[in-house]
Amino acid sequence: MPENANNANKRIDEPTGTELVGHEWDGIEELNTPLPRWWLWTFYATIAWALVYVILYPAWPMVSQATEGVFGWSSRGDLQTELADAQQARTAIFERIGATDLDALANDPELLNQAIVGGEAAFKQHCVQCHGAGAAGYEEYGYPNLNDDDWLWGGTLSDIEYTLTHGVRWEGSGETRLTYMPAFGEIFQKSEIDALVAHVLSLSGEGPGSASGAALFETNCSACHGVDGAGDRAQGAPALNDAIWLYGKDKASIAQQIRAPRHGVMPGWSDKLDPVTIRMLAAYVHSRGGGEAEAPELPAEDETETADEVATTQTSGDDERG
Amino acid sequence: MSEVDSLDTPEKGADAKRDWGAALGSVETDAIAASRRTSPGPPPPIKLYQERKAVHNKRIDGPFRRFKWLVMLVTLTIYYATPWIRWDRGPYAPDQAVLIDLANRRFYMFDIEIWPHEFYFVAGLLIMAGIGLFLVTTAVGRAWCGYACPQTVWTDVFQHVDRFFDGDRNARIKLDKAPWGASKTARRLGKWGVYLLISFWTGGAWIMYFADAPTLTYEFWRGEAAMVAYATVAILTFTTFWLGGFMREQVCIYMCPWPRIQGAMLDEKSLIVTYKDWRGEKRGSVKKAAKNPDAYGDCVDCLQCVAVCPTGIDIREGQQIGCITCGLCIDACDKVMKDIGRPRGLIDYATLDQCEAEAAGAPATPAWKALLRPRIFIYFGVWAAIGAGLLFALGTRSHTDITVSPDRNPPFMLMKDGSVRNSFTLRLRNMEARPRDMRVTLVGLPEGSVMWTDQIGREGAAESQTIPVNADETRIVRAYVVIPNGTEAGEFAFEVTALDSQGEKDSADTKFTLPGDL
Repeated sequence: MPENANNANKRIDEPTGTELVGHEWDGIEELNTPLPRWWLWTFYATIAWALVYVILYPAWPMVSQATEGVFGWSSRGDLQTELADAQQARTAIFERIGATDLDALANDPELLNQAIVGGEAAFKQHCVQCHGAGAAGYEEYGYPNLNDDDWLWGGTLSDIEYTLTHGVRWEGSGETRLTYMPAFGEIFQKSEIDALVAHVLSLSGEGPGSASGAALFETNCSACHGVDGAGDRAQGAPALNDAIWLYGKDKASIAQQIRAPRHGVMPGWSDKLDPVTIRMLAAYVHSRGGGEAEAPELPAEDETETADEVATTQTSGDDERG
Repeated sequence: MSEVDSLDTPEKGADAKRDWGAALGSVETDAIAASRRTSPGPPPPIKLYQERKAVHNKRIDGPFRRFKWLVMLVTLTIYYATPWIRWDRGPYAPDQAVLIDLANRRFYMFDIEIWPHEFYFVAGLLIMAGIGLFLVTTAVGRAWCGYACPQTVWTDVFQHVDRFFDGDRNARIKLDKAPWGASKTARRLGKWGVYLLISFWTGGAWIMYFADAPTLTYEFWRGEAAMVAYATVAILTFTTFWLGGFMREQVCIYMCPWPRIQGAMLDEKSLIVTYKDWRGEKRGSVKKAAKNPDAYGDCVDCLQCVAVCPTGIDIREGQQIGCITCGLCIDACDKVMKDIGRPRGLIDYATLDQCEAEAAGAPATPAWKALLRPRIFIYFGVWAAIGAGLLFALGTRSHTDITVSPDRNPPFMLMKDGSVRNSFTLRLRNMEARPRDMRVTLVGLPEGSVMWTDQIGREGAAESQTIPVNADETRIVRAYVVIPNGTEAGEFAFEVTALDSQGEKDSADTKFTLPGDL
């Protein structure tokens, strides 16, 4: 046993054969089961590590911020680096998207996919406030749904890109999409408006229609909306013969839209976003399920009803369907 | 007998200085402790920290040592060699027999390929490992600790390196105490160098499980491998070097939770390595026993059991946390008993119940009889049932899978013609190592319902679509489904059929949302 001057003081706990420490509480004594010495060294090593860490890294809370540490590391700095790296990594794709014309983009699935993903991110930042996170719009405010197959101003990639760039009824661009529907509240009697509403509803197969309404429509409305109510995208005149209504399909809503039309405004983005981002946004909106193929030789975009469309960006309209 | 006496003399000398289980401390510690003490009175003789006593275990041969060699050979061979086994899976999958492909989230094991969504197979294996642990511990105590634990295996390897460089027990004890000179320095450096090589090889073998082994090796030496590969090798080299080369039994005694867990699973019917004190006590040398046979038991106190112990304990003190039940003390004791003409088994695998019965005079029972008891059968039954279930699931699983998540924003879309469109994200999983076409069909929607995808376009809308899926990939497609104006729909399913000779099918139920549903 350890030879040591104090051996005489050593006391052994009988049942366990273990040395007693000498601490006693109410007759209960503590046994000495010593730690291995390396354990102690490990403890000292962690202290040394902590000291080094405190010097190298931000540690002590001060009045306005923590001490910076010799390395000057910060999580914000990390983030900046990562963002810069990500930006750097995206540059090549950005440039490719910017340099690819829309026809070619549509035929390059991989690049298109990159554009869609980039557009989705930009959409969530710039567009969801009106069009909603799912791009489904808000009927009560006349923010168009971008998922359906109905477009006010056209649903091809180039149509959408144009709308995004120049906006709708937006003061910031001389080439903005700009038309207004006259307010007929001062022109028509209530009964005439009611007849018009009945006729408009009948265009999409709702209700019996109205002969007088049809006559009024042909005279006053068909120039923009078409005789059959198919609308005219060149003027942003909504189709009235389909199931989709920008401001509601009940009679009151339609009558209200005839009397004093609401006109949606969408800002153009050419002053805030770079052309590549706008192009990616167009790709994303186009991908929501209603995008239309480019129609090279199509002169009038109006009543060609392709099956899909979605109002891309904004706008509004008069009563509408479409 | 004289041989035994001569054997044990030097050892005894060495071990007499060893104080098993008692507190040891250095004089300086006491001095420091005393100087820190503020209360009056004599400083108590307490050492709160224990000096490490190096374990220099003696070479031994015997059935258990040979079994240990065998286990070491098998486990190390498996560990080092497995990643290098090639396994042809065709051009679309890796040709490494065992590969944990984290980047692509695949786990390959010979003919089995596990995808992340089949991780329950791995969970099942872990459950089997857990129950297997109960089974083995119940039956043969801490056999894992004694033979198969990596800490045990690598400690054993390093102890043999010690033996190779420095000789057997006595020579190593002597060398430890010898002053540092050229010879000792050279031996130590050589030994540690070999430790380091083995450790590096061990760390290097680990990363081979996670990438194509030949490619990774090539890249590793050219400095082109991923940072994580170098970091992993560095960490595992260090831990192997440190834990296997230096910490050794300290890991078992102080760090590892396993002995505590396993200790709790033992009972009086479990086989353990035990000293039969009823037969061994009172200890005395052969000479003393010859003079006075009735006063002494079979144990001649030769300390061979202590000398061979890889954790440096004295098994005669009974069950203890430091005992990894490797059985080397049985080999050592049996050898001594044979030499002095006494029956073997003074230290042996036995259950506490058997020991008690034997002590009370019952005839010795063969150790294996301890295995025949209900608890062991039940554990084995559960373990085997889970294994059979896993094998069955593995054998009958489909390699074609579809899951569907409906778009929630917006949940439905009214189209110009009054028809309603829903969008769904389909995940088509082709778990074969070859590209396959899959036919996806709408089941349970009204007549005239059609679907299309971004790639197919609305022009190609139809009730079913053929979608090519690359080998061993999940293809995610957005599917648009339209039901005609005026029809109703609700629950329906996407059914997928692989367009190959096997024609595997799968289907996923989902719901079609109409404007009125919300």
